[in-house]
Amino acid sequence: MSQELYTNLAIFVLSLLVGFEVISKIPATLHTPMMSGANAIHGVVVVGAILVALEANTVTFYVIAFIAAFLGAINVSGGYVVTDRMLEMFSKPKDKGNKGGDK
Amino acid sequence: MSGLMTLVSLCYLISAICYVIGLHMMRTPKTARNGNRLSFVGMIIAVVMTFLIVLKKNDTTMSAWLVLLVALILGVGYGVYRARTVKMTDMPQLVSLFNAVGGGAAAAIGTFDYLSKQNGVSLPVAFSLPVILDLIIGSVTFSGSLIATGKLAGKVSGKPITFPGAKLLNGIVVIIILAAIVLTVGFPTNVWTLVTAIVASLIFGILMTIPIGGADMPVVVSLLNAFTGLAVAMAGFVIDNQVLIIAGALVGAAGTILTLQMAAAMNRSVANIIAGGFGTGDSGGASAADDVPVNVKETSADDIGVQLAYAKNVMIVPGYGLAAAQAQHEVAELAKLLTDNGINVNYAIHPVAGRMPGHMNVLLAEVNVPYDQMKQLEDANSMFENTDVSLVIGANDVTNPAAREPNTAISGMPILDVDKSKSIVVIKRSMSTGYAGIQNALFSNDKTSMFFSDAKKGLQEIIASTKEYLDQ
Repeated sequence: MSQELYTNLAIFVLSLLVGFEVISKIPATLHTPMMSGANAIHGVVVVGAILVALEANTVTFYVIAFIAAFLGAINVSGGYVVTDRMLEMFSKPKDKGNKGGDK
Repeated sequence: MSGLMTLVSLCYLISAICYVIGLHMMRTPKTARNGNRLSFVGMIIAVVMTFLIVLKKNDTTMSAWLVLLVALILGVGYGVYRARTVKMTDMPQLVSLFNAVGGGAAAAIGTFDYLSKQNGVSLPVAFSLPVILDLIIGSVTFSGSLIATGKLAGKVSGKPITFPGAKLLNGIVVIIILAAIVLTVGFPTNVWTLVTAIVASLIFGILMTIPIGGADMPVVVSLLNAFTGLAVAMAGFVIDNQVLIIAGALVGAAGTILTLQMAAAMNRSVANIIAGGFGTGDSGGASAADDVPVNVKETSADDIGVQLAYAKNVMIVPGYGLAAAQAQHEVAELAKLLTDNGINVNYAIHPVAGRMPGHMNVLLAEVNVPYDQMKQLEDANSMFENTDVSLVIGANDVTNPAAREPNTAISGMPILDVDKSKSIVVIKRSMSTGYAGIQNALFSNDKTSMFFSDAKKGLQEIIASTKEYLDQ
């Protein structure tokens, strides 16, 4: 096994364990925002899309790169915005008059 | 490692820390919003650093830049637009849509990298295995999530869809997928292996999701969320990028835990749901619950007003109907009216009421319902005996006593014991069944009166009549 693969595999497994630990015991109240927040984090796929897109040099690759970047960008931008909107509702118990939300 | 690469790697590490701490902060309402923002900061760092790498390499064609920037601008524009304009009630399907695009993007990255290798070249397993897994998981998530989105949005029937030969077709597709894995790992690159794997996986995603009933959709969306995370991690292996591996694995694990928690709330196993037992009609379809005589008592807003005005303890049981009618403001108004007059009001929140776990909490938080009034399943169930009036608003399956009996579509699911309260008022548009597709014996209970109305309109009438009686 190459050093590179071993490193990546170790990172993968340890990240899985962190994921199990960090999210256990969530109150049901936060299930939906939590899912949405995790959803935004896998929007990091846009980083991969950027990296491959800039290696594209034929039409086939342009098309695939476009799909990857377009879909990834939707995931990351929409994911964070929609999560923030959900959580905004939790964070304004009394000071509603101050700001009517940023819609 | 060059100086730049060291900087980039360290920044990726910082991003990863932001995701972990951000997710951790999302465990409590107090810090949740900042947690999401921290995770967003991590994302910005990762994207900026990525651009640094490609700028440094400086061997990119103009067309590639153009394609990338147009794709990013369109994607961000569409994503932000949808996220900003979506109604609270439609959020579940939007989350599912974002799963689909995330999985699609991961699959596209895998396809790109595989195709960039020369046809006929043998690849090391360290590359070929993650590629094929990325493609399969990404494609399954893509088509599966789109179907889930359609079901939640009502564009695809929420009822389980089955057809003769479905199992056989499923088996064939699985065999094709397995064969594709073997061919990719054990043999030189071949475009057709890839295409076959993608098509088979897309079909599998559809076949996996259509037989699942709408009531199980939240669990499925959460599961697909975890899948997308894994697909992204595999894409990270393919292009040797650690931040993708970390974030993907994090979401994969976190999503799995969430899925298990949701399934546990419904007292069902994930395997069961995927096998399609729920409400598919093969688990005792003609059950006792189907035969419940539907002789129900109808009531008026006026009568409900009297009941509420003279009650001591009122329990509000919200369900999807509340969300669909956008009636959360009316509920809060009614609750405030009652509490101002010294009546105890609480909300009984079933963990899977609505279309997503926590759906009701989000809706009620939107109208500033105090946390201490939202009672979770167990707390609420200990309160029903002392409840004078339970006001069920657009909730159905989560109150159905059939869950206590064997051989019904929802057997074993924990329910809200609404039938223990002294009087029950159900606001509902019609006698139609809930997502599980079975009749609810609660509605024909002697203590129950039905008020057939849209939740919003009905509540407005009830508020008016309650006011009258309180003022007397």
